[in-house]
Amino acid sequence: MADSVAGESAVPHDTPDPSRRNFIHIAAITAAAGGVAAIAWPFIDQWNPSADTLALSSIEYDVSKVPLGQQVTVLYRKQPLFVRHRTPKEIALADAVDISTLRDPATDASRVKPGKSEWLILIGVCTHLGCTPNFDGGDLDNGRYGGWFCPCHGSVYDTSGRIRKGPAPKNLYVPDYQFTGATTIKVG
Amino acid sequence: MSEHSHYEPQTAIERWLDARLPIVRFSKELLDFPTPKNLNYWWTFGGILAFCLGVQIVTGIVLAMHYDPSAAGAFDSVQHIMRDVNYGWLIRYIHSNGASMFFVAVYIHIFRGIYYGSYKAPRELLWLIGAAIYLTMMATAFFGYVLPWGQMSFWGAKVITSIFGAIPVIGPAIMTWLVGSFTVDAPTLNRFFSLHYLLPFVIAGLVALHIWALHVPGNNNPTGVNVKSKSDTVAFHPYYTVKDGFAVSLFVIMFAIFVFFMPEALGHVDNNIPANPLATPAHIVPEWYLLPYYAILRAIPDKLSGVIALAVAIGCLFALPWLDRSRVRSMRYRPQARIYFAFFVVACLILGYCGAHEPDDQIIPGLAAFNIGDSSINSMAWLSRIAGLYYFAWFLLINPFLGLRETPLPVPDSISTPVLSHPAAAPAGAAAAPEKKG
Repeated sequence: MADSVAGESAVPHDTPDPSRRNFIHIAAITAAAGGVAAIAWPFIDQWNPSADTLALSSIEYDVSKVPLGQQVTVLYRKQPLFVRHRTPKEIALADAVDISTLRDPATDASRVKPGKSEWLILIGVCTHLGCTPNFDGGDLDNGRYGGWFCPCHGSVYDTSGRIRKGPAPKNLYVPDYQFTGATTIKVG
Repeated sequence: MSEHSHYEPQTAIERWLDARLPIVRFSKELLDFPTPKNLNYWWTFGGILAFCLGVQIVTGIVLAMHYDPSAAGAFDSVQHIMRDVNYGWLIRYIHSNGASMFFVAVYIHIFRGIYYGSYKAPRELLWLIGAAIYLTMMATAFFGYVLPWGQMSFWGAKVITSIFGAIPVIGPAIMTWLVGSFTVDAPTLNRFFSLHYLLPFVIAGLVALHIWALHVPGNNNPTGVNVKSKSDTVAFHPYYTVKDGFAVSLFVIMFAIFVFFMPEALGHVDNNIPANPLATPAHIVPEWYLLPYYAILRAIPDKLSGVIALAVAIGCLFALPWLDRSRVRSMRYRPQARIYFAFFVVACLILGYCGAHEPDDQIIPGLAAFNIGDSSINSMAWLSRIAGLYYFAWFLLINPFLGLRETPLPVPDSISTPVLSHPAAAPAGAAAAPEKKG
């Protein structure tokens, strides 16, 4: 500040000093931009999920309600969650695949909990554009792999929920879950 | 405005655009608009009001994304906004306090227009559009206040819609039509929500007309003297964009103090109780900005007369350009009018004060006084009658006759005269015919 006071006496008042004016402009615009950014964030963030929505983010389910060879679709985070009770044949089919031939390589063991390979828990959302694939009844003909078929754009998933054919880039997602008892799972 | 424009399209794109949609020329003319160089800070409230409208529209659109206008869900959805939506508390408090800030600014803007005679020829239509904006603002604020569907919302809606029931013969039918049920009910809430969303855009349209009507004669100014030459004006930008911007910054500080430190100061706790059609809150009052009219309504112990007084009180504002017979615009040169105006402002404040109290509340607590008619002379009822009487007298008696009787001070020859010379050194002859200078 001492410099500017000293400079003031050297520069007559009628001589414009562009650096001082520029400083005021830049300081004012910076302060205004900071204020706008600070108030903009709440207006952006209000579109993110609210606290009551996020509070419903985990569920518990008793898998013993699903008979062998059947599947139950549960609502999880407002989306379908497949709880599939796989037959030994389905597990064998999933294990027999050479994973180097897969688009999104993953072993079947990596997609189930140890010792619980009959229970396949999947997010029922096609990794292509979000439709819900239908279980195609173990069909192995007509280019199916015994798992799911997405009606929207024809993605085909195998008995481990892995993508085998069609436009989807990834396997059906396995959510974070754990067995909290012999037959109860907690998802999320 | 085109005669003021020095816009010459510089690039090929600007020339192409200028021949088809001269939006750059239009914006430039708005920025270059010649504005009297002597506008004081009372003139910044126009810009502040535009800011308020913008804030209310932006926050309101956001709130509507989280609000449920059904009678079953409205109250809970407001709690959801306050507790669960990210920054919902902030956005709702900006919106609810923003309504009050909007009215603070509009009242200052209206009083400024009255003091400096901004409603006089050739600005009558500008004034009328402004009064229409004010009326639409009151309707919008009322509809908005109903939406949280708390006790004050519900009973406020009931009282306001019942005002229409005072109309002879067709009143009850109109009332039923307004609420869409036997009384204020779910259909009322739905239609009020729709109108609350619509009216701000009506206001925005009226504001566009208001600014258009302003740009034909140009701004009035503290002297009330017409712009005589180019030396009386400066360009709107940067001179008044910066001045208005500074005023908006100060206004935002006051706004923020309310939002962050006393967000419920202007509200009523009873509105945190869900609407109950079976029980009226013990002490029901409208929002502060409607209190003067409420006091006028209650001052008259007759349903129809009270409602007529209410309507006339608002109607007077529209008639002001034709009620005021003075040919001097600015009260800066009308010492008598200035005193009557000061009393008018005080009367409005007293009416607001009375509106916030029960009619039988004492003005001076504990002082025993005799009754005149139905009430003690030491009661809000009589205070509001006296203040209300002055309110009407100011419009209907003082304004028409004062201009014919008073002796105005010398009015300067031009805006530049009082700016450049001491008022005592006003040119000789200025006093000869002050009424012709306006």
